[in-house]
Parts: sequence; C-alpha cells; structure tokens
Amino acid sequence: MKKLAYFPGCAMKDQARPDEAGTLHALAALGYEVAEIPRWNCCGTVHSLAKDDLMRHVGPVRNLIRVQGMGEKRVLTLCAMCYGTLKRSAQFVREEERLARINAFLDTEEDFRGGIEVVHLLTLLRDEVGYEKLASRVKRTLNGLKVATYYGCVLLRPREFAVDDPDRPEVMERVVEALGGAPVPFPERMECCGAYLTVGRSDIVTDRVGRILRSARGSGADLVVTTCPLCQFNLAERRPPVAPTLPVLYLGQVLGWAFGADEPANLFPLGGAR
Amino acid sequence: MASELNLSRDHLEAPFSRRVEELSGENPYACYQCGKCSAGCPFADHMDALPNQVLRLVQLGDEAALRLSAPWVCASCLACAVRCPKGVDIAKTMEALRLLSLRRGITPAPVVPDRPYPQIALVGAYRKLTP
Repeated sequence: MKKLAYFPGCAMKDQARPDEAGTLHALAALGYEVAEIPRWNCCGTVHSLAKDDLMRHVGPVRNLIRVQGMGEKRVLTLCAMCYGTLKRSAQFVREEERLARINAFLDTEEDFRGGIEVVHLLTLLRDEVGYEKLASRVKRTLNGLKVATYYGCVLLRPREFAVDDPDRPEVMERVVEALGGAPVPFPERMECCGAYLTVGRSDIVTDRVGRILRSARGSGADLVVTTCPLCQFNLAERRPPVAPTLPVLYLGQVLGWAFGADEPANLFPLGGAR
Repeated sequence: MASELNLSRDHLEAPFSRRVEELSGENPYACYQCGKCSAGCPFADHMDALPNQVLRLVQLGDEAALRLSAPWVCASCLACAVRCPKGVDIAKTMEALRLLSLRRGITPAPVVPDRPYPQIALVGAYRKLTP
C-alpha cells in the first residue's frame, strides 16, 4: 500500500460525500492507503487575483503545514476548488520572501518549509496509476455509457495550474474510457457554470447551466460527470425548467461504481444527484 | 460645423489607471481592444459593459468602471485570461476593480441567500465581497 495524504475540504464531508466514498473505495483497490490530514481547515474556495493577496494564502498554507507534519511530500484533493487554492498557495510560497512573511504571520504554527506537491485525483490517475492499470482493475465496466466530461474552469485555468492542456484537455475523457465508458467531449465542457454567483445571481447561473446541459445532451450524453462540487450543485440545482434531465454525478461516484463499491446507497443516495 | 476634437495623453496613466495596474499586476495599456475576451466570455450577455469596454475605461482613467455591475458578474473563470493575444489577464483587472470598489465603499447589490447553500457556494460568494 502506498500512503497518500488527503485534503477533503468542506464539500467532501457534506454534499459531495458520495464522491469521497467512491473515490476512496477505488483508491484502496488501486493500492493507496489514503490518510486524511489532521485538523484541516477551509481552503478558501476562491483565490484572490490581486497582488495584495497574502491573507488569502494563510488558510491553504496552514493545510500544507499539516501535510508537512505528517511527513508527507504531497497531498491529494478531489475537489476542483480545493485543488485550485492549495496549488496556487504551494506555488506562491516558492519565493523565499513570501514564505518568510507567511511563516511570520502563522506564528503559532511550525514553519512551513515548502516543497509540498498538490495533486488532483485526475492527475494521480493519469501520471501515477496510468490509464492501462486503471482499465485492468475495473470490476464493473460502464459498458459504453455516454459520459459527458465537464471540466468547468478551475481544473484548466489559469494555465500554469491546469491539470491538462487548457485548450484541449483529455484526461477526464481518458479516465472515462478506461472505465469502459464512451466519453462525450461536448462543446461547453470547459465553460464556467457561474460558480459562486449561484448565491446572489441565480438567474445568470441558470442561464449558464441550461446552455451546458443542452450542449451535453445535444452531443448525445447519457450523464454528466464533474470533479467540482460547486459545478455539481449548480448543474443539479440551477436547471432552467426546460433543461434536459441529465443526471450529473461526481467522477468519484462513477469511479467507485466501476471498482465495485458494494454500497450503492452511499454512492447514489436518493435525491443526491438528479 | 464639425466639433473640435482634442487628441491628448493627459488623461492616460491617471492615478486610477495606475492604482488598478498596481492591484492587478496587469498593464492596461497592453490591451489593443481586439475584443477576444468579450467574445469568449460566458457572462458577457449579463454585463452592463463588455470586458474589453471595462478595460478601456481603465485605460482612460475613468472611474465609472467602479460603478459598473460587470466586474461583479465576472465569475473569475479565466476564459479571457487564457485567450488574450496580448497576455493581459483581464480577470485580474476585474478583481482589482472589485477590491477598489469595496475599499472605497462602493458596494454591489447585497448578496442574500434565498435558500440553503453548500459551504463551497457561500464561502466563494462572500470571499469575493471581502475587501
């Protein structure tokens, strides 16, 4: 078994529990001993795009300090938003001066020494497990199910933190393929769902979600998968009345099912994913 | 009778433009107004000024940019940032405008949750309202 530090983030303990359940089942089957990092805190969800953003890195860096405390060199995230904030902060403190300032600020913590790698489930499956091994370990094939692969924004942008080519990503398609599904790379797969605008401007998000679902359905999809809990919430809860009734699942749910998770009620709770 | 047209650099590089540049780290004068950001913006339909027009106001030092809803409709998806042929990350300019507005007390419409939301939505929404 290979030890792997894991940062869940809020969603994996709340509405995205089925994602966590499925993913952890599959990772155990793939030989990983996943260890949740102790005393983790919120990643902040959105990173600042401004120059005076030191404060916004405090939360993510505190989590990286926990990883360091475990004696680990890298940390896994399943949530696209957590990936974005942690990855950005890990990069931010690569400059000595910034690292010193953050450490001075985080006075009550052990000093962060840097050098923690942030990996997302998709990059782990591609770069370490490999598509071939993934395919060979599948217990239940998706049997040609047409799966629309929805990336959204954070997995692909900004360019320097993208899990794949931000103009022509294929990692999610290849994973679906390895599970026996037929990936549907639909036109809106890289377009934002509206993210946090869902709280104040649900009208805008509903418009976006309608476009995304029509695009997926128009490309012949049976279901949509995503790794972002905010995308999942929006695609499931912000549908316009006339939108296609496509189910929207977390990639981890599909992954867990393909790896024979024997508790489908955990993976597909009624009402959990429309 | 033709009206008089004055060409001058006086209003360029105004303190406002400089402040936005400082906060965003992006040079507004690198933009040559091709409009690619606006063409690819998934939210442009809902904005009161297109992204390239917002940047134009910044170039001109026009603080009307702080009273637009466009920066608040921008969801920081960075579609514009990866497409700009001049390498201007206009999403950073939008962030700078949001922060400047908040810091100067020009606040957007209040965001009031109308139903239960997952934390990820609430934290994301309210962080953008934090100066």
